[in-house]
Amino acid sequence: MKIDHSLPLEYSTEENRLKILGFWIFLGAEIVLFSTLFAVYFTLQHNVGNGPAGSHIFELTPVMIETIVLLSSSFTIGLGVHAMRLGNKKAMMTFFGITLLLGLVFLGVEITEFVTYIHEGATMQTSAFLSALFTLLGTHGMHVTFGLLWGSAILMQVKKRGLTPETANKSFIFSLYWHFLDVVWIFIFSFVYLKGMM
Amino acid sequence: MKWDEFFVTGEPMIYAAMVSIVLVSIAIPVGLTYFKKWGYLWRHWLTTVDHKKIGVMYIIAALLMLFRGGVDALLMRAQTAIPDNGLLDGQHYNEIFTTHGIIMILFMAMPFIIGLMNVVIPLQIGARDVAFPRLNAVSFWLFFFGAMLLNISFVIGGSPDAGWTAYFPLASVEFSPTVGNNYYSLALQIAGIGTLMTGINFLVTILKMRAPGMKLMKMPMFTWSILITSIIIVFAFPVLTVALALMMLDRQFGTQFFAMQNGGMDMLWANLFWVWGHPEVYIVILPAFGIYSEIIATFAKKNLYGYKSMVYSMVAISLLSFLVWVHHFYTMGHGVMVNSVFSITTMAIAIPTGVKIFNWLFTLRKGKISFTTPMLYSLAFIPIFTIGGVTGVMLAMASADYQYHNTMFLVAHFHYVLIPGTVFAVIAGFHYWFPKLFGFKLNERLGKWSFWFIAISFNVTFFPLFILGLNGMTRRMYTYSESTGYGPLNMLSMVGALGLTIGFILLVYNIYWSTRYQPREVTGDPWDARSLEWSTPSPVPEYNFAKVPVIDTLDAFWYSKKEGKPLTDEDDYEPIHMPNNNGQPFIMGVFFFFFGFFMVFSWWIPAIIAGLFILGTMAYRSFEKDHGHYISVGEIERTENALRGEKE
Repeated sequence: MKIDHSLPLEYSTEENRLKILGFWIFLGAEIVLFSTLFAVYFTLQHNVGNGPAGSHIFELTPVMIETIVLLSSSFTIGLGVHAMRLGNKKAMMTFFGITLLLGLVFLGVEITEFVTYIHEGATMQTSAFLSALFTLLGTHGMHVTFGLLWGSAILMQVKKRGLTPETANKSFIFSLYWHFLDVVWIFIFSFVYLKGMM
Repeated sequence: MKWDEFFVTGEPMIYAAMVSIVLVSIAIPVGLTYFKKWGYLWRHWLTTVDHKKIGVMYIIAALLMLFRGGVDALLMRAQTAIPDNGLLDGQHYNEIFTTHGIIMILFMAMPFIIGLMNVVIPLQIGARDVAFPRLNAVSFWLFFFGAMLLNISFVIGGSPDAGWTAYFPLASVEFSPTVGNNYYSLALQIAGIGTLMTGINFLVTILKMRAPGMKLMKMPMFTWSILITSIIIVFAFPVLTVALALMMLDRQFGTQFFAMQNGGMDMLWANLFWVWGHPEVYIVILPAFGIYSEIIATFAKKNLYGYKSMVYSMVAISLLSFLVWVHHFYTMGHGVMVNSVFSITTMAIAIPTGVKIFNWLFTLRKGKISFTTPMLYSLAFIPIFTIGGVTGVMLAMASADYQYHNTMFLVAHFHYVLIPGTVFAVIAGFHYWFPKLFGFKLNERLGKWSFWFIAISFNVTFFPLFILGLNGMTRRMYTYSESTGYGPLNMLSMVGALGLTIGFILLVYNIYWSTRYQPREVTGDPWDARSLEWSTPSPVPEYNFAKVPVIDTLDAFWYSKKEGKPLTDEDDYEPIHMPNNNGQPFIMGVFFFFFGFFMVFSWWIPAIIAGLFILGTMAYRSFEKDHGHYISVGEIERTENALRGEKE
């Protein structure tokens, strides 16, 4: 394993560089996946059948909380990667930990929101609009859930093995994933919620 | 669900299939035990991460699926050979044409191509493996278990029966109440994830792991075709992922995406399916173009004519492939404007394709052509595929399409594109690269016999369908009355299908015969070919290249042969780093199989448990430390000397 010390730790081996490129391409595929879900949502958003429309069920407060929490988590993971590049393991772990906690808060609020919708009689089975809404939000939420599990696994490895080319690579790739989820959320916030409330 | 609903009952053919499945599943473990091959199978195949072995497994699976799909085809031809035939009932016929389509496209054409690219691409670009060898094994096992999941459907629960396109509302629970279409959504999902990973893997491999000096415009044409195919895979397959997920939600969780009430939209399925489905057609055809380019240049003993225009035309085809999906349903009532736009984009595809056809013809011009088996397939491809292309342009004209839509004319058209395009190509590629993998050629005499059977019978089978279609015979029609006059041409088509069967049996017999009697091939370059894979000894050692070659031109190996200067100096080897074999991809595939199976029957608790096991394998992989191993200089020298003979 040749380690190139002129590059940041996460880029320092050939294998690491391949993995980062591969993950960027994977994110390209993820963009297509979410674009398709958005296309489905936009196609069906007015097909409310006998169910409620978006303007009846969307509430700004929980959505604002989710947005602020998730955007902050993107900032903290950025700080985490910065700390990693400085070689500060403790700060890196703290920032990653905060990121995951914010992710957990996001997920909690989202689940509460889903429960509220269902109590108001807006279930996934009610109308095509709601099917598309729950699928789009649910896919994003499942990505966040998976991210929490994945991020925790990486944190454990960093704690045990320290900042090696391997763990740094994993942490960096995880940060790409997390930023991506944030970008998707910005689109959901703007084009599903804000537009839907108008 | 009762047990008598669990197994498909009431058909003698299904009982026969069950008996044969049971016999095979007894025979395999008994055979393995008797010949003491369990360890060999596990260590050398099931756990392998070597791209060449993974490629071989893909090809074996694809050949098996070719026969499964071929039996479906024979049954269809037999059913329609005479008017008012009672061999199959309507439901059974529906299931057969559905599985024929799914299997031939997704579990035969795709894996055959992916198998060849696994074998060839790293060798062509001078790499020692793909970028992510372990992920490559995961891709294979997901494909394999996805295919197995679909294949058990015809004895357990019932096969999908709404056509390979599974249009809604026909594919909804209301009109397809069996679990057949649950198999469709889950088996394709599992295999599709594997394909997506393959796309990413080969994209990174080709972009990052080429031999020093091999600029993009110095890559062999097959590598170019796979680069472009991989990009299409990455951008098309997520659409399938979503479409299948929505199908599953609609069928099993009561959502309303494609429903006919509560705001659902059945046309949405057709659109999503073909936004993936049309690029998918190019995913199976572009690699074929790449294979033909290699073979034609090799056996015409000339440079490929118009290298750059070949590349640009493939790029153009890949872009257009995403802009034509509506031509699959002109008749579903969009406006004139929409149909016109898609008509024009569709016809535009003929331009870059035509460029390629002329490039091959100009490559042949004044070439010293040797008529080997792979070359015969390539030469037959050009005229037959052109018929397919021209009828494609006929179908592309929206107003005219109202006449042929969903007739046998369409069926004839796409078989004329896919069989000479993809099937001939993979068979040609199989003959061409076979000696690289196994160290001996397939027998040429048997190969040519099977070629002539296949090429002639193909036309006998499918040309009559053009006429039947123009006479008004619709596709997917399980029987017809004598007064329609469809009988004689259908019978002719059946005769052709039997000829195709003989051709494919000869092909497999050739593999058996050649394994036993064909002389070993020692040069590593039996065809006097042009690209880098032929600079390695046959069969290729685990590490592919003892020293990574340095490239300064297209067809560098060809020029090094002509000028007599080797691509590398063979002396100072360095230890080579290789990945370790691992059983986790296989185990993960097994878990995916069970997850899919439980999901098909909506058995939630077992499905969740299987899902947790899948997550568990991912977590295990995350925490595992595996840094591969090194092959020592001494071992490289021993291997190279054994394979190439001692240097004087």
